[in-house]
Amino acid sequence: MTEDVRELAEHLFRHETGRIVSSLVRVLGVAHLALAEDAVQDALVRALETWKFGSTPEHPAAWLTRAARNRAIDLLRHDSRTDPLGAELAASLEAETASGRPAGHAIPDDELRLMFSCCDPGLSRPAQVAVVLKYLGGFSAREIAEALLSSEAAIEKQLFRSRRVLSARGKLLDVGDPGLVRERLPAVHDAIYLLFSEGYHGSHPEQVVREDLCHEAIRLGVMLSRLPAASGPETQALLALFCFLAARLPARTDDDGNLLLLAEQDRTRWDRSLIEEGMRRLDASAEGEELTARHLEAAIAARHASAPSFAATDWGGILELYDLLLRLDPSPIVALNRAIALGMAEGPEAGLQALAEIPDRERLRRYPFYPAAMAELEARAGRGERAAGLLEAALRLGRNPAERELLARKLAACRGSDGSAVVAPP
Amino acid sequence: MSAFMLIFRGSPPHRDSPEQLQQHMQKWMTWFEGLTRDGVYKGQGAPLEAEGKVLRGTRKTLSDGPYAEAKDLVGGYAIIEARDLDAAVEVARGCPTYERDGAVEVRPVRTM
Repeated sequence: MTEDVRELAEHLFRHETGRIVSSLVRVLGVAHLALAEDAVQDALVRALETWKFGSTPEHPAAWLTRAARNRAIDLLRHDSRTDPLGAELAASLEAETASGRPAGHAIPDDELRLMFSCCDPGLSRPAQVAVVLKYLGGFSAREIAEALLSSEAAIEKQLFRSRRVLSARGKLLDVGDPGLVRERLPAVHDAIYLLFSEGYHGSHPEQVVREDLCHEAIRLGVMLSRLPAASGPETQALLALFCFLAARLPARTDDDGNLLLLAEQDRTRWDRSLIEEGMRRLDASAEGEELTARHLEAAIAARHASAPSFAATDWGGILELYDLLLRLDPSPIVALNRAIALGMAEGPEAGLQALAEIPDRERLRRYPFYPAAMAELEARAGRGERAAGLLEAALRLGRNPAERELLARKLAACRGSDGSAVVAPP
Repeated sequence: MSAFMLIFRGSPPHRDSPEQLQQHMQKWMTWFEGLTRDGVYKGQGAPLEAEGKVLRGTRKTLSDGPYAEAKDLVGGYAIIEARDLDAAVEVARGCPTYERDGAVEVRPVRTM
């Protein structure tokens, strides 16, 4: 113990949870996920009760690992009356600790192995995201419920079912096997992508942007990119996309927390170092033959990131990328964004026509930025009345106070003057 | 100046998430840091383990802890310096424990 009060790393407890749970599960098997979680929780409470008096150990992470291991050994010994394996597992944990590997020094692959194990084909995508958040991210069921717009009870139930599926698999997935890694990589990408999107576009009623989720997705993506079999172009493209979008986070809301559109953002507040990192990742993603949807999304985000202003953006280039993306991912949201780019590149009438021709536009029925995009193009075509009507419709669809505030602001501007700012999803 | 013992009671927040635990802990650390800076707290204090033994009566009957309900469990103590009981109570008011349903007992240390 030291005398001075040490600054603890931000989110230390949350991040250590993922690291320690994975290192325990490596030895104990996935069947003991719940026990590992209890042991870590106990260690954290112990740390709280001890460290709160002001002195933290020199190596907080190692302290937590040791405390969690000791607790796991106690729990296993206690269970050994009912579980014949308990004593044996406790002994292997002790042997590992005694083997000279410094306590707290987890094997870097532990978390990756747990991540690949969590993205099990027996689980739905949302269930995979929930277990990733729980066991790698250190989020509680309540925090996951808040993030994924669900109830705590529903998440608890889902986690319970997921644990049962994972338990049957026994050991953690071996990430040293390139075949296994490649087989599961798409699921891992999807889970991280969904995690990032939830943070970035989430429809949370109170918070518009949950930066924590975005940063967690980036952390897991960076970890993934260190695994040779998973560090290929698509992982790089995914990370490039995250970097470009995360670079905008500081500019996405004004000082009062109001959502700002891409057209309105103060670009000097964009995080330049993240943009540079994104460019490096984008370069790295270019090797290989395959052009995936992630590559195109990252390339579009890169054009925005390097544009000096909204008006001076390379809309023609962005339109070409959207055309390609639409072929790979013919979703109505992609079509909507393509129509906005078309409207910027070739004028409002072309944009409106493209919006009216979106094949699955029925699926955009409750998406406020569909009528809002139409309104913008109508306003630019000089039909202010129609634009106002569409913005009223958009306002009724607003999913959270920030969205409604933004749309009301647009409506007021539209009625007041020409309503010239582009209403595209921020 | 007189010495006072602050006795911290309450059950540890086992159900909190890792993030909540860290945030709560940091409030405590900030509180103690402030008390140390103001010379109110001179490092005489410690957390107490939950398990323990109690000896009682002429027959020295030995029993296990905890001795009361979890919410009454003493989790730790600290000795502080204050002008009088009122001032000591003011110090205890700043403790973050109340957010987690904890309680602080403020007791003057009698001078011998």
